[in-house]
Amino acid sequence: MKNENLYNYILGIADNSLILGQRLGELTGHGPNLETDIACTNISLDLFGQVRSYFQYASKIAGDGRSEDDIAMLRKERDYKNVLLVEQPNTNFAYTIARQFLFDAYHLVFLRELQKSSDLTLAAIANKCIKEVSYHERFSSDWVRRLGDGTEESKSKMQEAIADLWVYTDELFHQTEADKAMVAEGIGIDVIKLKEEYYNYVAGVLEESTLEVPDIKYFQKGGKQGIHTEHLGYILVELQYMQRAYPNMEW
Amino acid sequence: MTTTEQIIDKSLIAILEQVSDPEIPVLSIMDMGVVRSAVFEDGVVKVEITPTYSGCPAMDVIGDDIKKALEEAGYKSEINLILHPAWTTDWITPRGRKALEDYGIAAPLEAETDKDVLLHGKKIVKCTNCGSQNTRLVSQFGSTACKAQFQCEDCQEPFDYFKCLK
Repeated sequence: MKNENLYNYILGIADNSLILGQRLGELTGHGPNLETDIACTNISLDLFGQVRSYFQYASKIAGDGRSEDDIAMLRKERDYKNVLLVEQPNTNFAYTIARQFLFDAYHLVFLRELQKSSDLTLAAIANKCIKEVSYHERFSSDWVRRLGDGTEESKSKMQEAIADLWVYTDELFHQTEADKAMVAEGIGIDVIKLKEEYYNYVAGVLEESTLEVPDIKYFQKGGKQGIHTEHLGYILVELQYMQRAYPNMEW
Repeated sequence: MTTTEQIIDKSLIAILEQVSDPEIPVLSIMDMGVVRSAVFEDGVVKVEITPTYSGCPAMDVIGDDIKKALEEAGYKSEINLILHPAWTTDWITPRGRKALEDYGIAAPLEAETDKDVLLHGKKIVKCTNCGSQNTRLVSQFGSTACKAQFQCEDCQEPFDYFKCLK
């Protein structure tokens, strides 16, 4: 492939939204109440819509006949480049919200920068997505505050979820080979520069929520290289089932 | 690329106005601002539409409905989805805003007031049933991605608010 770095760069962005969207989709009909159920699945729908834009572009770059659906459904586990954070399970509502907030806060600053990409298609997608993601972040940060500064039980659950998922945040700011090549070309975003802003912002929201910022120095990584936690395999089984069982089926 | 102007061939306006948003049937796609251009090129009508939200499931249906409406009028057409410039609630026409309100969906406010309402619980959104501003946000996400759920504290009517997107 002529433009392999760009292709991998797009997948690195899109896979985060795809896997998080799938995770949120699991809550369809299973949310803690009707409103949050609808909110989580609406966010899922936004993310899938964004993924379509990215994969349609990736399909064009690949230029080998692979469609957006092939890229979404027919890769093996090691070929998914999402960060470990987004594949973590919906252990309870606090975990769903903590995962969403820790990702949304990153997603917002990332898209803000991606709008300046010299690649006009990526810049246009970012410009579209950021409007939706700002609503996601309002929803998730609002719930972090409500649960954190809520009852004794909601606070302890929220604190536990933040502490458990914190180890996956550092990976958001790791650069892959494709990232480095794209940054050099003015297409990609230098995520390292966003790290300080991210942690400052997250700490601010946690403080407002009367939650503690975890003091953890050891972080998990691997997703960007395709080395995932055990959870991804199960997600893919559900995501890919129909295409594997009935190849080339269309909805 | 950055133009926000609509380029619609005059002879096509009436046809396109008949096509409605499948999720808000009272609203024509023209009043919604999703049709960005419709012009004749080599005897084919080329139409560009832009999604309200990336994942909006109505876009495929809207594309099909436009094709069908143009076909009935005797035109062949080609529909393209464009992302840039990104759709904004500013493109909903005054007639469109009125149609939304009449249908029971509160029309979008300005960006700053929208934030006050959704984040700080300010009572600004008017109930579409009784007009009272004594309304409460039930959820930031409603029956579709573009709406939030509200309830009127005076007449108790639940209603949707079309979120500001800029």
